[in-house]
Amino acid sequence: MNHETESMNQGRRDFLGAAAGVSAAAVAPGVFLHTPVANAAPRTDPVTDMHRWGLLVDTSKCADGCTACVDACDSENGLNLQAKPHGQDELKWENQRAVWIRKVKLQDNLTGHVTNLPLMCQHCEHPPCVDVCPTGASFKRADGIVMVDRHTCIGCRYCMMACPYKARSFIHEQVDHKLTRAPRGKGCVESCNLCAHRLDNGDISTACAEACSAEGHQALIFGDLKDPMGPLRKALAKTPSRQIRQDLGLNTGVRYAGI
Amino acid sequence: MAEVMTKGVLLALLAAVLGVGSAAYAEEVGDFVLPSSKAAALENCVEPTEYMRRNHFELIRHQRDETVYGGIRGDSHGLSGCVACHVGYDDSGTPIEIDAEGQFCRSCHAYASVEMNCFDCHATVPRGEAWNHEVAAAHAHLTGSAAARPTAAER
Ligand code: SF4
Ligand code: SF4
Repeated sequence: MNHETESMNQGRRDFLGAAAGVSAAAVAPGVFLHTPVANAAPRTDPVTDMHRWGLLVDTSKCADGCTACVDACDSENGLNLQAKPHGQDELKWENQRAVWIRKVKLQDNLTGHVTNLPLMCQHCEHPPCVDVCPTGASFKRADGIVMVDRHTCIGCRYCMMACPYKARSFIHEQVDHKLTRAPRGKGCVESCNLCAHRLDNGDISTACAEACSAEGHQALIFGDLKDPMGPLRKALAKTPSRQIRQDLGLNTGVRYAGI
Repeated sequence: MAEVMTKGVLLALLAAVLGVGSAAYAEEVGDFVLPSSKAAALENCVEPTEYMRRNHFELIRHQRDETVYGGIRGDSHGLSGCVACHVGYDDSGTPIEIDAEGQFCRSCHAYASVEMNCFDCHATVPRGEAWNHEVAAAHAHLTGSAAARPTAAER
């Protein structure tokens, strides 16, 4: 299998001039995704692979104890509306309720250095969750966003086992309160979709990155991995970054600096 | 301007034959549109009433795939549009769950004896509708969001 097909892993080809092709693609008519917010409009054409959405997490800027991104994600996607089933154990509920983004704290036992980082679906180019899904419900959109089509998900949770990042959650019980933009129901698996509803309405942002900036940390940068002049690629060009479990060759859309 | 026009077209599309304000469980088949809903004031649904009665789910299902796989959310044939227009309101102006006893979806499905499971997952009242440009503009001052920046092509 060729793991090196998308532009993010093709440093050499970029060098050889493929970048010119990328920017030419971005000039193609009908692509208004980068227009200023005031002119943003819901898309009328299906998403294409002209963009690949991703994030850069600068762990050195991620503050200990800050949960702005997690909270923003929770309210953006209605996760804060989940209710503990009557009589369920508190700890069990904390482990079971759906979360799309988690704060992870790592300590190097030798040096004692502590790293904080938010972990969400890494939007793999080669997603194991899609490989194992028996129904085709777990899929990758043309613009690189990995999601679950709940209409076909049978709740087998193979994808949860396959995901190396523990990014997915299962909804165990009937959900009483949900948002129009974030349907949710018993028996399906879900995970971060990079705020696809925002993108689809022409706003290039995610709740987490926005909240992080609002807190003044700027640890999360969202953008298009295929736009060499965009904020994400510019940040990536400046900072050394890695994929978590790079050895798996999944070519993740979410990259980390400082780990 | 484009925005005003889009709204106009949408309104025109939403015009309703359904809408002669009669209560749920009315005598005549199909008079399930609630007087308190937006739909009651419109002359026609997004398609002719007769067509909608028989085929609304074809439209919803088609739009569902367009939305999930293509990211097209603004179309008038989506389920959220049905809810936004057909949801009834109580005296205090609070929306009533559209799958509740006596409400639009439930009444007709009960009459036709057809199971309905959209609302196992989907919101039954309009709440937190998809991100739109008004909301986006309100957030535009926040840095870090790439939205306000022109693309490489435009610079
Ligand atoms: S991080 Fe997990 S859920 Fe996300 S695409 Fe990769 S395997 Fe799938
Ligand atoms: S839980 Fe749903 S999305 Fe995951 S593998 Fe099973 S059918 Fe596919």
